[in-house]
Order: sequence, then C-alpha cells, then structure tokens
Amino acid sequence: MAEAKCLYIIVIGCGRLGSFLANRLSNQGHSVVVIDINPNSFDALMADQFSGFKIEGDATELAVLSHAKMDKADVVIGATHDENVNIMAGQIAKNNFNVPKVLVRILDPNKESFCRQIGVEYICTTSLAAEKMITALNQK
Amino acid sequence: MNILIIGGGKIVYFLAKTFLSKGYNVTIVNRKKVECSQLARQLKAIVIFGNATDPQVLREAQAASMDTVLAITPNDEDNLMICQLSKLNFGIQKTLALVNDPNNEEIFHKLGVTTAFSTTRMISSLIEQRSGLDDIVSLFPAAEGRVNITEVALPKESPVIGKSLTEISLPEHSLIGCILRDSEVIIPRGETILYTDDRLVLITLPENHGPVLKLLMGNNI
Repeated sequence: MAEAKCLYIIVIGCGRLGSFLANRLSNQGHSVVVIDINPNSFDALMADQFSGFKIEGDATELAVLSHAKMDKADVVIGATHDENVNIMAGQIAKNNFNVPKVLVRILDPNKESFCRQIGVEYICTTSLAAEKMITALNQK
Repeated sequence: MNILIIGGGKIVYFLAKTFLSKGYNVTIVNRKKVECSQLARQLKAIVIFGNATDPQVLREAQAASMDTVLAITPNDEDNLMICQLSKLNFGIQKTLALVNDPNNEEIFHKLGVTTAFSTTRMISSLIEQRSGLDDIVSLFPAAEGRVNITEVALPKESPVIGKSLTEISLPEHSLIGCILRDSEVIIPRGETILYTDDRLVLITLPENHGPVLKLLMGNNI
C-alpha cells in the first residue's frame, strides 16, 4: 500500500480483528469508518489511535453500506465473526459499489474455493494459522 | 422434481408439506437438532441437520441432484451464500432466496440468484394496494413484484367516464391492457372511450400504481 497516500477504508465488524485493523489503519493516517451491529464493540477503539467514524448497523443492509459512503471507499475489509456476512458485504462492495480493493476474513477453509469462484479476495485465518504452526513445528 | 429447502419454522414445514403433496422430492436442511427430528417425524422428507452454508453439508444433502434450491433462513447473507454455492458448486439451475432487506432483491439478482423475494415488499404492497379499494377486483404482482396487474371497475363518479384514453393521459410506465365491457373484451386504442362499469386491466409499476388508480377512480380511493 502506498506510504503517503491517505485511503478511505471501511472496516466491517469491530471485534478483535476489526478493531485491531481500525486502530492501526487510522493511526497510520488513513480515513477509517467502522461498522458494527453492536455499539458496545466500539469500546475496543482506542482514543489515542482511532480518529475515524463509527456506524452502528447491519452490514448486510444496503442502506447501512450507503450511509458509510461505500461508493467512495478505496478499501473495504470484511472482518466480522460471521464469514457469510463478510462474503456478502464483500460482493456488494465489489459489484455494487465498485470498490477497488475488497478483502474478507473467512474461517472455514472449505469456503476458500467458493471465494475464488466469486472473485472475492479472502484471508482464511484458520489456514493461515495452521500453515504458520506447521512451519514453526518443522523449524524445530 | 427435487427441491432442497433450507430454513426453519412453520413456513418450511408447510412449504415442504405442499411440495410433498404435489409429488416432489423434498430435502430440508436445518441448523437445529430438535427441529430436525420434529420435521423428520412429521414429513416424508429427507431432513439433514447442519449449516447449509457449509459446502460439505450441501454435498450430504445431495445438492447436485436438485432442480431447485429454496433458501429461506432469516439471514440474507446465508441465503445468498447457499444460492451461490448451489449454483457454482452443484450446478443447481433454479435458486430462490428470501431477502429480508427489500433493497437486496436487486443485488441478489445481480449476484446470480434466480429469484430473490422480499416478504416485506410483498406485504407492504399488498397493504398499500388493497386497503379500502373495493372496486379493485383482482390484483397480482408479476416479475417478483416489479409489475402489478390489476383489474378495476370504473365507478360512475370516476373523472375519466366519457373520456378517451388520449384525453386522460396516463402516467408514464402504465398501460390499460384491456377493457371488459359487458361480455365484450376490448383492446383499447387512443380513441377508445371509457364508460361506467368498464373493468380495466391495468399494468402498472409499484411506484406509479397509486397515481394511476387516483387518476382513474378519482377520490373514491
């Protein structure tokens, strides 16, 4: 990612992954909007790091995505604990709002091939962790 | 015909029952164990316990042998996923999804779901169009509710009585498809004059349905 350029990033889900990303990306100087259905989850956003916007709402509701100005977004990250929500929001971001960079987190490795088929860029945290662990084991 | 239904509640039970009575083969996938055993006892359907957004569960449900999949869970994201998986991985041609957010109908079509329907939209248009309209005899939505076909009887107070179609200037995107007068069927032209008790078959869009009715019925609605 370009160092100096300020991107408009929408992070969907403010759990462990979402809040971590939102804090980090906002701190790096990007303009960040976080969407979560549960307003309490915004507590994980650190005042000294996060200076973006928070939107309380369901990311599978089109009005919520429009409200987050998804049409203006450079990046959309699907980071909720429900991979189906991430995949759906990711597809809408890509196909409806023409967002140039869409990245979704999935948990089930069985869904990797599906994501490739529908053309949504994904990170499967389960496969990723497994690979890291196997590599670590092989090193010893 | 082989139908795969994903979801729960009474709607799934009654749908399955209807399809079974028509002689279709029905398979149901449900996420709740208790409900699964209930459904299995009540229906001559194959019932599978599991999450149908998992490709393995769909495989277990013999998705590849299905003609139609009907995803009616309360979650739009799951319904979308089920329909897309069914189509891409198992080659099911006809996929139907329930959408809770009416705005998702269009998106689902775009993303390859054959039919996306919103109960919210159906109920709201029924209420809007039926309430207090006694002269509206029959009405049904076509093309997933994007077109309304309505039959209305012109009361004698109607402001369009005695006028020709050219004179009344219907709003754009609406059409009087035919006129039923006594036992005659008239396919109207611009010069056709409207009379009391004519029954008009109207084709309208949901957005101009109200204005068209107002124009034809005056303040009777």
